[in-house]
Order: sequence, then structure tokens, then C-alpha cells
Amino acid sequence: MLESTLNVPPGALIAEASPAPPSLSKLQSGDRVEFAQLVDTYSGPIYRLALKIVGHPQDAEDVLQETFIKAFRNLSTFEGRSSVATWLYRIASNEAFMALRRRKPEAVSVDEEIETPDGEQEPVQIVDWCCLPEEELLSSESREHLDKAIDHLAPVLRVVFLLRDIEGLSVRETAEALRISEAAVKTRLLRARLQLRERLSHYYAERLKVEQA
Amino acid sequence: MTHTHEHSECRKLLASLSEYVDGALDESICDVIEQHMGECERCEIVVDTLRKTVELYRATVPAPPVPEDVRARLFLRLELTDFMKAMESD
Repeated sequence: MLESTLNVPPGALIAEASPAPPSLSKLQSGDRVEFAQLVDTYSGPIYRLALKIVGHPQDAEDVLQETFIKAFRNLSTFEGRSSVATWLYRIASNEAFMALRRRKPEAVSVDEEIETPDGEQEPVQIVDWCCLPEEELLSSESREHLDKAIDHLAPVLRVVFLLRDIEGLSVRETAEALRISEAAVKTRLLRARLQLRERLSHYYAERLKVEQA
Repeated sequence: MTHTHEHSECRKLLASLSEYVDGALDESICDVIEQHMGECERCEIVVDTLRKTVELYRATVPAPPVPEDVRARLFLRLELTDFMKAMESD
């Protein structure tokens, strides 16, 4: 499958490989070292994103493989209007949502219109837990709770939160990756963050009671 | 907790809070939010805990390494196994 562009001997240029960001011209010229570096750099974030969206290790692995296979196949036609990283996230998000739909046909699509005129749900949990000590906020149990709270978000909110707040994409990059408007990114991000804040507040309020007892 | 002012103001500001904690709003809008928070303990708590929520996620969710067997199968599928070995020894 990949033979047509395997034009550099394995291992020959590893020491000279470019650091991030990847060189699009090298990638498009079939530089295997550059592509291997791209895979090495982004396989972690792509796998993490896929796993958090689809929730199953096997599906996440399939998404990971398909992402890089599709990236490789389409490199020649990639115009570079977004960064290579954003482009990879776009492919991965699409693949992950396809996997999610296969497993859960009722699941929504990434571009589903969820913005409603009713505005955001009002915060319910009004407890100031910011004063908890760092070791409490960042305990292994708390970290587990933080991680699980993401899973309760609807997929269309979760993917925006993951790209923006976990992977560190800008609002614009997130919009490019998901092919939605920046306004939609902002709305979904707000909704995701507010929902997470509710869950964390519920959890940390209990910790606060213990702390103050 | 006391909360005696008109609640519709809190509702209006809610839509801006995410951008506020990102520091992405104009100064004039920040001034409005901060003035409101000075009078509304409830909104101040929501903003503080929202900001802390984002900070915690950004600070604590690590990049888990791809499991070794998953990584090996990926490089194999992409016919990059030789490069993977070279990277590991690099």
C-alpha cells in the first residue's frame, strides 16, 4: 500500500529528522522519516482523543490506524490551509465519530446543531471548593473523577472540550478540525465546561465537608 | 447565601463566562462581569470554580503513552517498523 513513496532507506535520516512542526513539503515529497516522525509525535494525542470519544481500546486503535493511513493517502492533495496537526485531528475526529455511530447508531454527528435559543442551563452547584489543598484537588482519586466526568459529556461537547482544553487547540483550530463555526465551538465549550464544573463541584463539595469536619 | 439582585443579569453573563476565564473578552465586557461579581457572590463562585475546572484539566490530564503493542501494530500497518526501531534506539 505504501510502497510508492518509500523512497528513503529506513533509519538513514532519523538523526536529521525535523522537529515539530512537521514539514509539509517533506511529507508531500514522500519523506518516510518525516512521516515516521509525524506518526511518532501525534500517535499519542490521536489515540487519547479516539479513546475518549469511542470509549473502547479496539475501536480507538482502529481510529488511530485509519487516521494515519488516510493522512498518508491524502497528503498529496492536502493544501495546507490548516496545520498538519489540525488536519490530523480532523481526520481522527471523523473516524472516531464513524466508529461511535457504528457502535451506537443513536449517537449524534459532529456537526449536529445543538445550539438552542434557550441558553445555558443555570449552575446548580454553588460551592467554593477552590480553597481545597492541591493534594486534594490533584489526588489520584480526584484525577480519576476528572477523567470520568469527561465521559458524561455528549460526544459533540466532549470532542470540543478534548481538542480545546486537553489537546490545547485554539478556538479557530478546533473549528477547523471539526468543520464547525467558531461560534459553535465557543457555545459547546461553554456548555462542556459548565457541565464539568457541576460534576466537579458536586465531588469536591463532599471533599470540602470532610476537610472541614 | 444572599442573592438579592435581579437574577436575569446572572443569566445574561453566563454565556460569556467561558471566554472570560480564557481572557478572550474585551476589557469593557470584563469590567461588566467583574462589577457584577463584586455584587453577586454566586456568580463569583461560579467563575472561580469554572476557572479552576479548566485549570485542573489542563494541568492534570497527562498524555498517556500509546500502549506498546498498539504502537507496534500501527507502525507495522504503516510499514514503518524499521523507523520505529531506529527511533527507539535514537
